[in-house]
Amino acid sequence: MAETKTMNMIEAINSAMDVMLARDPNMVVMGEDVGFFGGVFRATAGLQKKHGKTRVFDTPINECGIIGVAVGMGAYGLRPVPEIQFADYIYPGLDQLVSEAARLRYRSANDFICPMTVRTPFGGGIFGGQTHSQSPESIMTHICGVKTVIPSNPYDAKGLLIAAIEDNDPVVFLEPKRIYNGPFSGYYDRPVEPWSKHDASAVPEDYYRIELGKAATVRSGEALTILAYGTMVHVTKTIVEEMGIDAEIIDLRTLLPLDIDAIETSVKKTGRCLIIHEATRTSGFGAELAALVQERCFYHLEAPVERVTGFDTPYPHSLEWAYFPGPVRIATALTKILKD
Amino acid sequence: MPETHPPKDEGRAASNLPPLSLHIPEPRYRPGDTPDFGDIDVPAVEATPRPGEATKPDAMRELSYGLVRVLDFDGQAKGQWDPKLTPERLRIMLRYMMLVRAFDDRMFRAQRQGKTSFYMKCTGEEATSVASTMALDRGDMCFPSYRQQGILIARDYPLIQMMNQIYSNRGDHLMGRQLPIMYSAPEHGFFSVSGNLATQYPQAVGWAMASASKGDSRIATVWCGEGSSAEGDFHSALTFATVYNAPVIFNVVNNQWAISSFSGFAGGERTTFAARAVGYGIAGLRIDGNDPLAVYAATQWAADRARTNNGPTLIEHFTYRSEGHSTSDDPSAYRPADEATAWPLGDPIARLRQHLETLGEWDAERHETQAKELDDLVKTTQKQSEKLGILGHGMHQPFETMFQDVFEEMPWHLKEQCDQMLAEQEAKFGPNWKPE
Repeated sequence: MAETKTMNMIEAINSAMDVMLARDPNMVVMGEDVGFFGGVFRATAGLQKKHGKTRVFDTPINECGIIGVAVGMGAYGLRPVPEIQFADYIYPGLDQLVSEAARLRYRSANDFICPMTVRTPFGGGIFGGQTHSQSPESIMTHICGVKTVIPSNPYDAKGLLIAAIEDNDPVVFLEPKRIYNGPFSGYYDRPVEPWSKHDASAVPEDYYRIELGKAATVRSGEALTILAYGTMVHVTKTIVEEMGIDAEIIDLRTLLPLDIDAIETSVKKTGRCLIIHEATRTSGFGAELAALVQERCFYHLEAPVERVTGFDTPYPHSLEWAYFPGPVRIATALTKILKD
Repeated sequence: MPETHPPKDEGRAASNLPPLSLHIPEPRYRPGDTPDFGDIDVPAVEATPRPGEATKPDAMRELSYGLVRVLDFDGQAKGQWDPKLTPERLRIMLRYMMLVRAFDDRMFRAQRQGKTSFYMKCTGEEATSVASTMALDRGDMCFPSYRQQGILIARDYPLIQMMNQIYSNRGDHLMGRQLPIMYSAPEHGFFSVSGNLATQYPQAVGWAMASASKGDSRIATVWCGEGSSAEGDFHSALTFATVYNAPVIFNVVNNQWAISSFSGFAGGERTTFAARAVGYGIAGLRIDGNDPLAVYAATQWAADRARTNNGPTLIEHFTYRSEGHSTSDDPSAYRPADEATAWPLGDPIARLRQHLETLGEWDAERHETQAKELDDLVKTTQKQSEKLGILGHGMHQPFETMFQDVFEEMPWHLKEQCDQMLAEQEAKFGPNWKPE
């Protein structure tokens, strides 16, 4: 095993791009403020200096252009890794993502492909207001032809990002920005714990990959299955441990393609399923998960499938913690599903 | 409705102002009107200077508002922009344009005969793709809109492959997935056509940026209509192109009509489309799009400019869409039937023919012989293609191909859905049914 280093999530993501820029001369990183400055969250810090201006460069503030240009670069034979500064800003580029990047292989019957990975920070809990806090993952999974990946810790972030970059199809790589610097307990009034106290901060400095489409079991248990991803993995774990519940927590890691076997095996074992995400409730990814679980595990279920989610409102600024699916909402759902 | 309050005292009596009025553009002529384009300014051929390819955009602004021409209406090639092509090259150009027209006529008729769902002609605009392509290098990448079949013809793409795609038949290498005419031909430097408008604009810039970053010598070129120049992608593309000095040629084919909306709905009442270049600091050329030699010369100028790291060019091809938008359109419902014949810039095929005849390098007999030969070629090819099937008559691609190429490897959920679809076919066609 190669040398490991303690890294937070930003450093792990930076390391993944650094490793891949060195390995693949066709990879380019581009986005608003990613070049000399190194990105508003520092994810690309030092990469331009090390790999050169034509490999890592700033772009105009134009997400349609960023994704559209990346599609053309992919057609040429490059492997673009554009950053969209906040997931909330991806919408101006959505036509290029939905109608172009995602459809190019299919519509051209493999004449052209789009080996692009769109990195973008998402989710709330940083007082970002409604334009810096959204979780658009269910929009991404609804596009046929795009893979959607969400890491929950530094080790996974690096391995998954490398696999995403190497993938020959477009991948939307959603980075939960609330846990860039440390896992989040769900208690916003407690001090933030740094990643260095977490096992998953030991990250190999060299190349490694974590296959897309594979979930991880964060905690084994018998009482119920909890499906979560990103920030909510850590919030969930905190509450479960506080309540002393023997829950099995599955970190989905890739929403599409989904690791349906891991879900099915776990729910059939525990007979109960709670789905937790920060995104708005209606037509959220939890709805898809709930449908799949009841289709496949209905005769093993001992209680209705429950969802804990954000509310169907824009992400409010001052009332952020009333919006966030935090300890109270999760505990209430856990109590209910275990009582049923 | 919330109650609104007008601003209080602004220092002058608001009541003395005329009320605001909203301008809704209206084309000058509607069905029944007699079109008269006499006021369209067509400058003399010799009037337009040809600047050097490295000229700074702000030193050649007037070219965004003028009209680059080579052929006068007597069939003479004149002025600084004359590309001085050999008669042999001119005859090849004429042949390609005539082939495009013969192909269009035949495929339009095939759609009317119920052999496919849709077709789009480029009648009157053949020069904007054929002459343009001939001025490029073979390795240059073209990002077409849906009306640039002339690129494929000018690069000798097999006609039968175009037809197979139009029929979505067994020979269609796009597996019957795309609407007719949305070709893809990477080995001919032709990007996959999208049905979403102007998306190819930033993609072409990305391709050009990639080529430049790799120290390649190939450039990109892209087409859209004046109508879709209103899309945000157009702004994205021109912004990126000017920022990175990308080696790309932007073509705006201003054929006056976007389905039933005249160019005024893209801003054409206020300024030229070439003038868009001025605001981005890009070279702009407004050219006679029905003059094949002007199209060739402008493209050659822009290609030389791009290839020598002097940056992008926007070319507005001032032309006219002689026929409907597509087989689904009825232009007689919104414009005079004789607008095309009233158009002051004529027809590109007739003009090139006249030029060759003026040179003594072509005559009516050769023209008629070639027209018949091309017609026969198209008919013969059509028969071959139809042996592989026409749309809706069963000779489509195997069912399971519907699920292929969504991703490089098929994930479990698509495998499940594919099995479901095959079971549906079995339920529909009986137990002896086998997937093809």
